[in-house]
Amino acid sequence: METEKGISMNRITRRKFLVGTAAGMLMTSCGPKRLYELARPDLREALDRMEKEYAVKYGKAVKVGSEGPIKGVKFAYALDLSRCIGCRTCVHACVHENNQSRDPEIQWIRVAGIDKERGVDLTHADYYYHPDKVPEPGKFYVPIQCQQCDNPPCTKVCPVKATWKEPDGIVVVDYEWCIGCRYCMAACPYGARHFNWGEPGLDPADVNPDTHYLGNRPRPKGVVEKCTFCIQRTRKGRYPACVEACPVGARKFGNILDPDSEVRYVIENKRVLVLKEELNTIPSFFYFYGV
Amino acid sequence: MTGRHLLPIAAILSLGQALTAGTLKAEQPLEDTAAKKPATAKPVPAVAGDEIEVPPPPFSEGIYPCSDCHEDMEVNRKRRKLTEEHENIVLKHDEKNRWCLDCHDAEDRDYLHLASGKKISFDESYLLCGQCHGTKLRDWKAGVHGRRTGYWNGKKKYLLCANCHNPHSPRFKPIPPKPAPRRPVPGLQWKRKREYR
Amino acid sequence: MYLRFFVGSAKLVLKGGRLYWAWIGLLLTLIAVGLHAYIEQVDHGLLITAMRDQVSWGFYIGNFTFLVGVAAAAVVLVIPAYVYDWKPIREIVVFGELLAVSAIIMCLLFVFVDIGRPDRFWHLFPPFGQLNFPRSLLAWDVLVLNLYFLINFTVVTHIMYRAFNGKHYRKRLVIPLVLLSIPMAVSIHTVTAFLYNGLAARPFWNSSILAPQFLASAFCSGPAILLFVLQLLRKVTNFEIRDEAIWKIAELMAYAMFLNLFLHGAEVFKEYYSDTHHLLFTRYLYVGIEGHRTLVPFAWTAVCLNLLAFLLFVIPRTRKNVVTLNIGCLAIYAGVYIEKGMALIIPGLTPDTLGEIYEYSPTLNELMVAAGVFSVGFLVFTLMLKVAVPVTLGEFTHKLPAKAPV
Repeated sequence: METEKGISMNRITRRKFLVGTAAGMLMTSCGPKRLYELARPDLREALDRMEKEYAVKYGKAVKVGSEGPIKGVKFAYALDLSRCIGCRTCVHACVHENNQSRDPEIQWIRVAGIDKERGVDLTHADYYYHPDKVPEPGKFYVPIQCQQCDNPPCTKVCPVKATWKEPDGIVVVDYEWCIGCRYCMAACPYGARHFNWGEPGLDPADVNPDTHYLGNRPRPKGVVEKCTFCIQRTRKGRYPACVEACPVGARKFGNILDPDSEVRYVIENKRVLVLKEELNTIPSFFYFYGV
Repeated sequence: MTGRHLLPIAAILSLGQALTAGTLKAEQPLEDTAAKKPATAKPVPAVAGDEIEVPPPPFSEGIYPCSDCHEDMEVNRKRRKLTEEHENIVLKHDEKNRWCLDCHDAEDRDYLHLASGKKISFDESYLLCGQCHGTKLRDWKAGVHGRRTGYWNGKKKYLLCANCHNPHSPRFKPIPPKPAPRRPVPGLQWKRKREYR
Repeated sequence: MYLRFFVGSAKLVLKGGRLYWAWIGLLLTLIAVGLHAYIEQVDHGLLITAMRDQVSWGFYIGNFTFLVGVAAAAVVLVIPAYVYDWKPIREIVVFGELLAVSAIIMCLLFVFVDIGRPDRFWHLFPPFGQLNFPRSLLAWDVLVLNLYFLINFTVVTHIMYRAFNGKHYRKRLVIPLVLLSIPMAVSIHTVTAFLYNGLAARPFWNSSILAPQFLASAFCSGPAILLFVLQLLRKVTNFEIRDEAIWKIAELMAYAMFLNLFLHGAEVFKEYYSDTHHLLFTRYLYVGIEGHRTLVPFAWTAVCLNLLAFLLFVIPRTRKNVVTLNIGCLAIYAGVYIEKGMALIIPGLTPDTLGEIYEYSPTLNELMVAAGVFSVGFLVFTLMLKVAVPVTLGEFTHKLPAKAPV
């Protein structure tokens, strides 16, 4: 119980809950707002406070960055289905980079193992395959994560505007404002949103201290989280963790507005598909056949 | 392009790999089982034609430069089974039609050569591969075949074909997958969680 | 004046027979159980429920949906009473509105216990919070539910307060409000249906027949509860409720149930005949998929109960027989409870959007929390009835000392 208390910053205790709603009302006068609305200096102040809390909770310095979108950049992703071998290296690289809860387990990437004879048919997908070696004969693999839709059904439904699409195309969640109603999870056609059903179990040793306030900073219990194209990396020019991790180079990433980018090359030269095209979500995530 | 530019990129590369733990581990089984450790003793110029930055070719340890051994040896152009050295190399790459000296330069063993006879260094080996796999080379140059590291909006580093594919046996070998996600358990999971702590 | 009304009401509420106190005691016990279970839930998070990423809504939201229907049911009585000025029903409208008030309280509580951050509930309420209106249907729902609650609450308290003072209610206030409550009742249910209907990710819900179906089933389930209450009132108080009123309501329920069954049939036909991969969810509900059959018995129970109730209510003889009438009411209540609760929410989410099947069924803790919420609703309803009945009978006014009827 001691350790649990030490680790859980945002744990709602009984007492906290009892005074919660009333205190919440009072607190508005001095400040909690959607991070979206905060002016730059106020935002920095709020992030400094977070950094202090994380330092206490994890016993090490955690940087909470606030890099904004880069002008003229809209991110897009391309994944080569003909190369993916279903090894889940990306899944675990993502978990480590983005400070997901290890127990209860949260993973932003789900890899569907599908029989080749069925084609891309998710109704017969297996997400729990565990053979000795991959790829298995007769199988192909479709890793699925947030598709960063241009017409996102999830942000539309949020009753409190706690999630939105940034100008560079990344759909983000304000973990301080989300009320945990999970309407966005019902609305997402890709199962990309994940809920902190319990207090996130994140060992201090596992914490990646290089974070972004809209991305991989450690989350509290009871809020929704999702893939952000590694906003803490990509806004600094780096590739998402999953791109760097993929051992077969199936993952491509870049600025779709740049005609020389890798993703543009894929879209212009390869056979491309998007998942559930008929839903008009307009994903920024393209699957392609590289061969 | 000089080494000056390279250093920060190498640093970032290794940082990235440290952060995305498992990268290196997953990579290894894909490479030549015979041996693969980047030759650190004698850095290979990492800047190649077309200004493409590549990491050092993945030589087996102590094998490069080849001239160390081959310089004094007589060139034997006869196609044969190797018995004294390199017998661990099993050629599975159009082996019916091909043999060592189709790619390795007989006159200067520290180089490869193209079909035209033009000598190329090992860090330009992609030119050699591209003779047959032209569309792959095109995609690779665009950053779409293979892996790139670095910055999506800046300097990129390409992995050579040979960094992922063993040139003597290029097909990927299956690897063990990382653990599967846990199936959701209703309700009682929190109890298990307490024990876990 | 107000004080006297409150004190009098309190006195009324505190007087009652053994049965009354047993009932109150039971409700209070269940509330305590629910509260304890809820505190556990707040402590451990929703991990204590059976909901997971694959099925992210469950029993709570199912109950919420059903109860919105119950709340909307007041309208089925208001329309004939005020539009056609049909007297026998007019007297009992106030009970329908009391039911609506209690149902809305339960609705809001079910949403409250479902959210992951109850401490941030205030984020929904401007100016402190931020309501995503008009984009989010949930924002619409928050709005219409609260409005509907306010309207009904105002009407009921006004009528009772005036009656307590021996005066007739102010027509200029009540009639417009009551008339407004008609479209409001339709809209709370329509908006709640749209909440699901608007999600293209969930084909089972993404059918335009959903809102009409919601209304049709609401017009069955709400009155079903009311019929019980009216009979009970007739038995234990001096309140006069004529048979015709009860029969008329039952007849209206038969039509509503026919419409409900018809719309269901139309949906099932579309799914099975067109046989797209959207059929998967309907199959999960009625026949199961690859051995996953948790919902199947419930689905068929609901269908049978609804059919039974329809037959009992459409045949005049069984409609007018007390026993078969009550069997019909029970059948409707149970049938619609399954249909608009679990059988609506769970197949909407199973299989999940990526084809994974996780079979949801609520944990004990969820059931206890839900029992607590229902008890709060029943308690509110009981206490309000306790005051409303004597007021309407003219037994409880400022002139006479408060006299408990039971």
